[in-house]
Amino acid sequence: MTRAQYNAKHNTKLDGKTTRHIIVRLGKYVFKHWYLFIPAIIFTLTSNHLSLMGPTFSGKAINAIANKNGVDYPVVWDSVIKMLICYFFSAILSYCLAVIMVHLSQRIVYTMRKQLFQKLNTLPVTYFDKTPVGDIVSHISYDIDTINSTLSHDLVQVMASSYTVLGSLIFMWHISKPMLLVFAITVPISIWFTRYKSKKVRPLFRERSRKYGELNGYAEEMLSGCPSIRAYGKENVICGRFNNRNTETMNAYYRAEYHGAALGPSVNFINNLSISLVTILGGILYMYSQSGAIAAGTLFFISLGNVAEFVQYSRKFAGPINEFANILHEFQSAFSAAERVFRILDEPSEPKDKENAVELKKVNGRVDFENVCFGYTVNKQILNNVSVKADPGKTIAIVGPTGAGKTTIINLLMRFYDVNSGEIKLDGVKITDIKRYDLRKAYTMVLQDTWLFNGTIFDNIVYGRENATQEEVEQAAKAARIDKYIESLPDGYMTKISDDGVNISKGQRQLITIARAILSDAPMLILDEATSNVDSRTEMKIQEALNELMKGRTCFIIAHRLSTIQNANCILVLQNGEITEQGTHDELLKKGGFYSTLYNSQFN
Amino acid sequence: MTVGFIIKCLGTMIELLIPYILTHILKNVVVTENLYKVLFWGMLMLACAGSACVCNVVANRMAARVSKIFSERMRKDLFEKTMKLSASQTDKFSIPSLESRITTDTYNVHNFIGMMQRMGVRAPILLLGGIIITMIMDSFLSLVMIAILPFIFVTVFTISKRGVPLYAGVQRSVDGMVRVVREDMQGIRVIKALSKNNYENQRYDKVNLKLSKDERRAGTIMGVVNPIMTMLMNFGITAVVAMSALRVSKGLSSPETVIAFMQYFTLISMAMMSVSRMFVMYTKCAASANRIAEVLNTPVDLEVMGADDTAVIDTDKHIVFKDVCFSYLGKTNQLENISFSLERGGTLGIIGATGSGKSTLVKLLLRFYDTTSGQIYINGRDIRTIDKDELTSMFGVALQNDFLYADTIEENIIFGRDLSHEDVVSAAKIAQADSFITSFHDGYEHLLSPKATNISGGQKQRVLISRAIAARPDILILDDSSSALDYKTDANLRLALKENMKESTIVTVAQRVSSIKDCDIIIVLDHGKIIGIGKHEHLLDTCPEYKEISDSQMGGALID
Repeated sequence: MTRAQYNAKHNTKLDGKTTRHIIVRLGKYVFKHWYLFIPAIIFTLTSNHLSLMGPTFSGKAINAIANKNGVDYPVVWDSVIKMLICYFFSAILSYCLAVIMVHLSQRIVYTMRKQLFQKLNTLPVTYFDKTPVGDIVSHISYDIDTINSTLSHDLVQVMASSYTVLGSLIFMWHISKPMLLVFAITVPISIWFTRYKSKKVRPLFRERSRKYGELNGYAEEMLSGCPSIRAYGKENVICGRFNNRNTETMNAYYRAEYHGAALGPSVNFINNLSISLVTILGGILYMYSQSGAIAAGTLFFISLGNVAEFVQYSRKFAGPINEFANILHEFQSAFSAAERVFRILDEPSEPKDKENAVELKKVNGRVDFENVCFGYTVNKQILNNVSVKADPGKTIAIVGPTGAGKTTIINLLMRFYDVNSGEIKLDGVKITDIKRYDLRKAYTMVLQDTWLFNGTIFDNIVYGRENATQEEVEQAAKAARIDKYIESLPDGYMTKISDDGVNISKGQRQLITIARAILSDAPMLILDEATSNVDSRTEMKIQEALNELMKGRTCFIIAHRLSTIQNANCILVLQNGEITEQGTHDELLKKGGFYSTLYNSQFN
Repeated sequence: MTVGFIIKCLGTMIELLIPYILTHILKNVVVTENLYKVLFWGMLMLACAGSACVCNVVANRMAARVSKIFSERMRKDLFEKTMKLSASQTDKFSIPSLESRITTDTYNVHNFIGMMQRMGVRAPILLLGGIIITMIMDSFLSLVMIAILPFIFVTVFTISKRGVPLYAGVQRSVDGMVRVVREDMQGIRVIKALSKNNYENQRYDKVNLKLSKDERRAGTIMGVVNPIMTMLMNFGITAVVAMSALRVSKGLSSPETVIAFMQYFTLISMAMMSVSRMFVMYTKCAASANRIAEVLNTPVDLEVMGADDTAVIDTDKHIVFKDVCFSYLGKTNQLENISFSLERGGTLGIIGATGSGKSTLVKLLLRFYDTTSGQIYINGRDIRTIDKDELTSMFGVALQNDFLYADTIEENIIFGRDLSHEDVVSAAKIAQADSFITSFHDGYEHLLSPKATNISGGQKQRVLISRAIAARPDILILDDSSSALDYKTDANLRLALKENMKESTIVTVAQRVSSIKDCDIIIVLDHGKIIGIGKHEHLLDTCPEYKEISDSQMGGALID
């Protein structure tokens, strides 16, 4: 999806009050860099003023050339030199302006991106459960990019255009007031045309972008399903559906272009129209001025140079007016994008620690759940009155059907969410009274979705404890049974883990995360289906590494594979938010309940 | 297209007349002191402006139509060709690359064609026509003007050309920045657990800073174009004014001509700028066009072979593999000497470590690839001689690579085939999917999001299995398609398959011994070779690797 397509899809019309708020808030970012912004304004005005002076001098020169007593060279040369100077400095200033604006806008968007990212890291996990990663990525790329282009380009354009329109109007007023009548015809046409553009043409183009986005989305989706489509021999069906969408998209394209085709020629027409009218009116006035019917110095008098000047100013005058609608639209897009960015910045962060929150010095690892009730939404209870006790160094396994709330327990332990009622205590202290940083530090996690980032293997392991030495990292790798593999790679620990991690198998990735967990050396451990997604032989290897990791730590394990949890000190069976069975493997088998059915189903 | 071209030329030429008439009025008509004559010529100017506009609009619309038809067809052909590439051809191009060819590259070509038709005609005519008219009016002044043009071309072209790699660099930095954000969001739980906020912020700051730096550099360089362009244009006008002073004094030119020249010069330099931009766009478009052509020119692979003597063997077995070897790239063998046969209605289980060749074996049976040597027979016929549609209609497949798309669950199960709602429901019941599907308030009409992110992994697998059995295929293939199911559901599924799919030959690829232990034949694969083949009990005795896997999963020793 391109930025245009993204904007077409997401831009909403903001009401006046919100728009004002956003302008004020964006304004704050801009004025923070006043030392760039103020020169920018000065440069804009000066540069435009210089370029507006040009036609005055060329008009003077033409009058000097058209002088009835022969060419007045001193005036011509003087004007020519002044023209050169004006145009030259105007160019220099406008380049400086461009550079300043790039710097200004980059400083602002850099700050915005930084704030956005830092904000994201303070948001509660809830936010990420609700918001797709793709949306966040769009905010930090497309939205900020939209703001960027408006700041670096459109802002200057508006200042410059306003000045040019005003400036040329003043110059023209001085040249000949009657000639301004021409604009009584062209300006209304411009305005009408602008409205036509925004009312009729723009929605069509938006539709076109949207359709393109959908078509591309469809193509991407179908390509990812190539093997299945091939296996069912449904290429023709899919192609047929694609073609329908393709035709629809191209029709939308044509509808937009059909009306859009008028845009370029119409702008030219308005230009040509004003030149023609200037010529007619100017020609008539010039004719009578030449013949002496209009006396020099009177209201209607006009010289050849004046006509030339007027033609040039009328061009300058018309240009911005035609552009104005576009810029206005860009601004609206930018406000809409800024609104989305600000909305994230205004999301409530994880609540601050209580004032008297305790720091954890030494953690023994005793965890108590006392009558815990919890639901992600008010009307759906996930955990109902759950009480569990875990002694230091013991292993608690949680089994149950999908959706029974297994992962929820972990969310509560780490305080990704807070309980609705009841208490969770760590070493006898309520976890809401413990500093969040310390509480989380007390745990280490190995999850089903192995998470490695783009960096070397060393970086990924040392992530568990930043100040660890090379030796400690190697030892952790050894304990995780991955040392031999890493050493067999040409770059060893410095091997880059590529984007999609294709160079390293799932099992090996999991072992690396285990090494990271070992290195972090937290007193408590959470394993959330750490060995699903790998084959049995790899699983055995991982299990060995996990056993190493579990030594002396309080562990919470979630697993489908029952073989991995048989040795747990206590197995909890969680069904519909309640603990229905609790005990060791042997006790539960004897009991003949859900667990034993589950266990025996693998032998059916 | 030709008509459009002619109309476009006409419109542009009419437009070029306007400054000429302007000079004519000021120079020749005004001196006659005849108001009506001025008005007449003035009206002619207006008429020119109007008809130029009409011509251009009409021509642009025709151009839009042409480029619509063109790119619709191009995209259609490209997509169809892409869908019909063989698996190995797809591998060679890679899916992301094919994706960008269908989306970005066609878009680039389409844009270029649209622009060529609009600007490609207009700009050269403005340029040439402008030069010719000014030559007629005053050839010397015209030469002054022409002298400026190469500077404009060179500036715009070289700077824009330099800009292309700079922006590519910016895009790479954006990708890097996005990657960090994506990683951070995906690992948010781990990050919070390890309290690594500061580390992440620093990691992000690096890419953020790099992006800003790259954008600044690109902006600083590209910012040169407009000021220089405007300056050159204005210098040209100034030069014309200066030169004309000399010419007028010698009586070789008139001051009115200068006014026309100022107009022409603006038109011509704008045209020059368009031409230089088009050159830049052309390089971009040519690369895209090549990438599209590359796909379109790929020869058809995996054609159906004519049946000769070796194509048929006399057997009552349903599926026969005979000394099958296969390698993806012709180097190491992914499969070596695979031979087995399977009764109609029989069940085959395949087990082995990741990368042992399980999925490859299935892909060969589906003829995604042709064997490097050896033959595969279905009903005694070499699969290479079976018509593609006939071959695919034999199979129901749930692949490891799950493909569910944004549509209703029912449509995902039907998957473009001619199936009734009853077929769908009965398949879903067998696949243990009916209960969760009917728990949605809209049941089978429940909409899946792209890639079915709104249902769980286990639910996805059950929908895929429903799809595989919905058409009651001759051969059902389940490639690691129940790994996310819990043991109980998996057991129920197997029971239901056994009861309801008696007619079908079933091939199951699995990680779990429990998923395949009741199969008529189990194949244990290791590095592409069969290291064990037979029934469960037989393998426990003869294949130590199988026993090892089985023990680890069944908790063997503990139960005794």
